[in-house]
Amino acid sequence: MKPVIRILFLALFFNAPLASAETAEDKGLAIAKEDDRRDNGFHDFTANMVMVLKNRQGETSTRHIRNKTLEVDGDGDKSISIFDRPRDVKGTALLNFTHKVGTDDQWLYLPALKRVKRISSSNKSGSFMGSEFAYEDVTSQEVEKYTYKWLRDENLDAKKCFVFERYPVYKSSGYTRQVVWMDQAEYKILKIDYYDRKNTLLKTLTQSDFHQYLDAYWYPENMHMVNHQTGKSTLLTWSDYKFNTGLSNKNFNKNSLKRAR
Amino acid sequence: MKTNPSNSFGSWVIRFRWAIILTTLLLVFAAASGARFLGFSTDYRVFFSKDNPQLLAFETLQNTYTKNDNVLFAVEPKDGKVFSRQTLAAIEDITQAAWKIPHSIRVDSVTNFQYTWSEEDDLVVQDLVENASGLTDAQLNTIQAVALAEPLLLDRLITLKANITGINVTINRPQKTNTETPEIVAFARAMKDRFEKKYPDIKIYLTGVVFMDNTFNEAGEGDMKTLIPLMYAIVLIIMALSLRTFWGTFTTILIMAFSILTAMGLAGWSGILLTPISANAPTIILTLAVADSIHILVTLFYEMRHGKSKYEAIQESLRVNHQPVFITSLTTAIGFLSLNFSDSPPFRDLGNMVAVGVMAAYVYSVFFLPAMMSILPLRVKTISTSKNGLIERFGDWVIFHRKLIYWSMIFIIIALSTQIPRIIIDEKFNEYFDSRYPFRGDNDYVEANLTGFESIEYSLGAGESGGIGNPQYLKKLDEFSDWYRQQPGVMYVQTLTDTMKRLNKNMHGDDESYYRLPNERDLSAQYLLLYELSLPFGLDLNNQINIDKSSTRFTAILESVSTRHILDLEKNAQKWLKENAPPEMASHGASPLIMFSHIAQRNIDSMMGGTAVALLLISAILIVVLRSFKLGAISTVPNLVPMFMNFGIWGFWVGEIGLAVSVVAPVALGIIVDDTVHFLSKFRRARVELGKSTEEAVRYSFHTVGTALFLTSLILVCGFLVLTFSGFRMNVQLGFMTAISIICALLADFLFLPTLLMKLDSATTQNQSNLEKEVYQ
Repeated sequence: MKPVIRILFLALFFNAPLASAETAEDKGLAIAKEDDRRDNGFHDFTANMVMVLKNRQGETSTRHIRNKTLEVDGDGDKSISIFDRPRDVKGTALLNFTHKVGTDDQWLYLPALKRVKRISSSNKSGSFMGSEFAYEDVTSQEVEKYTYKWLRDENLDAKKCFVFERYPVYKSSGYTRQVVWMDQAEYKILKIDYYDRKNTLLKTLTQSDFHQYLDAYWYPENMHMVNHQTGKSTLLTWSDYKFNTGLSNKNFNKNSLKRAR
Repeated sequence: MKTNPSNSFGSWVIRFRWAIILTTLLLVFAAASGARFLGFSTDYRVFFSKDNPQLLAFETLQNTYTKNDNVLFAVEPKDGKVFSRQTLAAIEDITQAAWKIPHSIRVDSVTNFQYTWSEEDDLVVQDLVENASGLTDAQLNTIQAVALAEPLLLDRLITLKANITGINVTINRPQKTNTETPEIVAFARAMKDRFEKKYPDIKIYLTGVVFMDNTFNEAGEGDMKTLIPLMYAIVLIIMALSLRTFWGTFTTILIMAFSILTAMGLAGWSGILLTPISANAPTIILTLAVADSIHILVTLFYEMRHGKSKYEAIQESLRVNHQPVFITSLTTAIGFLSLNFSDSPPFRDLGNMVAVGVMAAYVYSVFFLPAMMSILPLRVKTISTSKNGLIERFGDWVIFHRKLIYWSMIFIIIALSTQIPRIIIDEKFNEYFDSRYPFRGDNDYVEANLTGFESIEYSLGAGESGGIGNPQYLKKLDEFSDWYRQQPGVMYVQTLTDTMKRLNKNMHGDDESYYRLPNERDLSAQYLLLYELSLPFGLDLNNQINIDKSSTRFTAILESVSTRHILDLEKNAQKWLKENAPPEMASHGASPLIMFSHIAQRNIDSMMGGTAVALLLISAILIVVLRSFKLGAISTVPNLVPMFMNFGIWGFWVGEIGLAVSVVAPVALGIIVDDTVHFLSKFRRARVELGKSTEEAVRYSFHTVGTALFLTSLILVCGFLVLTFSGFRMNVQLGFMTAISIICALLADFLFLPTLLMKLDSATTQNQSNLEKEVYQ
């Protein structure tokens, strides 16, 4: 059957609009691209982050991190994370170049050693600072890092959402797939289910308390990650967003990392 | 003769026989329909009550870090070389596939071991083996050298000879359904088959906690499938030979089946999960239920042989036996109900199930059995003269040699009792299952050739948030690790200090002289941060370090050791920590092995109370029933004597007792008291109702219940010996000890009780013969 005839055929029998002729994969990709388009153009920002880790026993532990992010045209963002607490790692700073394709580059400045060490690992899918967030969950989410497939539209908390799956391109990823609930009005990611290598539900991320910045960008204040398998969870809370702070490329290299405060 | 309630009871049963049969069938059906809810537990944790302190300690540890139930693949290359291209390629392949095992959260092997080294200012963290088939000989040598020098791997995942290697899969079961464990096991076994086919030059052995758990399930099911039919066959043969009645045997078989169905069905309704322990309930009920029927049938046929009509015989049999059958069922039920004192839920379940079954058997034996007998055709040859049987001659022999027998028994009892102190509480956890289960064979092989199955874990606190980087803490931790590694039976220790030393070396250009603990707290913390940022999915340090970085998990792997050994080791560890470490580091060892090591002692302590309560209750019942404080008091002697003999025999021949043996005393008590009840109730009847002398009364007891007691004891001994065919050690011991108790009880009741009665009575007669009658009234 020729494609055109098939479309007509489907449209006739299933009373589907012609637009649905695009495959679920195309539609998923289109959503991700639109989301990326809406997120672009902020240039740079700084923000503070507090992570509260909780184990099954109910004990908690807190980490404080400041972030600086610079948008890079044609590639992934550059960022520096400065650890303020726990006090033993105070002053430790992580420089991160995300890439649309290939593994990200990372350097860590260790103040106790007064040295910058490159993290030379091809497999950085592990836990971020002992939390339930993996490094791949918190790094800049570039379109190219996944392939996509739209599943359905459905309401989540009375908001109309796209529900789509994305499949990590990164071969060492800890996930086989992620199911994303993205609100259709503002392209805010409300929820992500992470499925592990055996394709069972591992974690759920819930994002809430979104605020709009620069009349354009919606960022969540709270990101709550629950690990269904271990019963541990991590609440990540963002605050003090500042945009156009005058950051530039020269603030994001190994030398600036040592001076990062 | 005054009208006995049992007499009218007998005619009542005969009148309403059809209604009784119908009601029984309905009751059995209603109860049995609950059996569809029965399932086998697949979790060793069922052996512990929810508030068991060792279980709580272990759960706390697992909730603080991660669970670490495991599946271990031990891989043995036929050429004995792990570090060859083809073997490593197979290990890589299996490692990859192991992430797909249901509920797996982590996979560790020599190939995905996170090898760290430095290259200028880089910290390189990578799998120790990548693309094994393309490695050069030089690379293979390097990899072998790294692996054998790595304390995290040696004696856990690789042998010093480099001839066997392990792949350890950490499993985190949600414990929501009963099918989780069998699913994991089936998946792992399918993997073994697939990879042995794909790589014909390797052999795979499977062990781990999950396999042990599954074997509990296999053992329980296996026992039910083999032991119950075996028991049925034995009972059938004995009944057929002794009673020589088709319809009597047929009805007894029905009653046993009904009793089992009732008990198991009600267990199903109440939501009990079966374990290899509670799965014994049918076999034990079968054994116990048959006694009631035998007592009633023996009298029935005796009366018919002596010329009574069938209905008369039924009435007479019920009159004579109703009360003893009720009492013996009640005392047996009390013995089993006292298992509710046990600290281990499977024993409580067993006790309750058997108690229900025994009481059901009583009800069916006094209603259903006579009702059936009254409608079934029974034919017996009438015997004109009562010729003296074997048992009567035996009774005469006992009466004739009473002095010699009495003193011989006293001597034997004392001699055996002196052996009791030889008993020690000790068992080997990994010997719970015998070699018929693949787990045992594989595990024995792995223990002998690669690594241990048993472990002890500690959560060692540093006293403050982030304190694990503190050099003093790390130093103490290192000393503790060194101390632990020197202890006998310890094969392997996993401790954070090994990782810290390695990182310190890496951070100093891989200089071996820096293979030591970092000197500053912030340095340690920053190393760890860097290292954690470099680790792949699932291989993080969260299983070793708590979220607040204020404590670390310390794991020791032990070779096959006994529970006493482990308790000693743990006691010494506590002593070491107390004397050498700051108070915040104090921690009790926790692990399944520790739990099982404590539970035998805990259970023995709790069962002491249970046994005492059972003994008191049973004695009180006997005093009421025999309507004589004296006889009731005398009855405790033949009830307790078999216990002393039994434990004495065990102390002499075996020595060690374990968890199962801790429940033998009350169980055996409940059963052996039956012999005493039957013997004494006949004795009393002869003395009071028939006005016979003590000697004559003893003769009468032998004559009336001797055969039945011998038969039921024979069946009981067979029944409990059947348990020794179980592949589960606890059942073997439970079966053996209870069987010995029953033999001892029969000896006590046939040899000691009559001679004791005659001795005491002759003493009484001499002194206050007038009071004699009053005593028995």
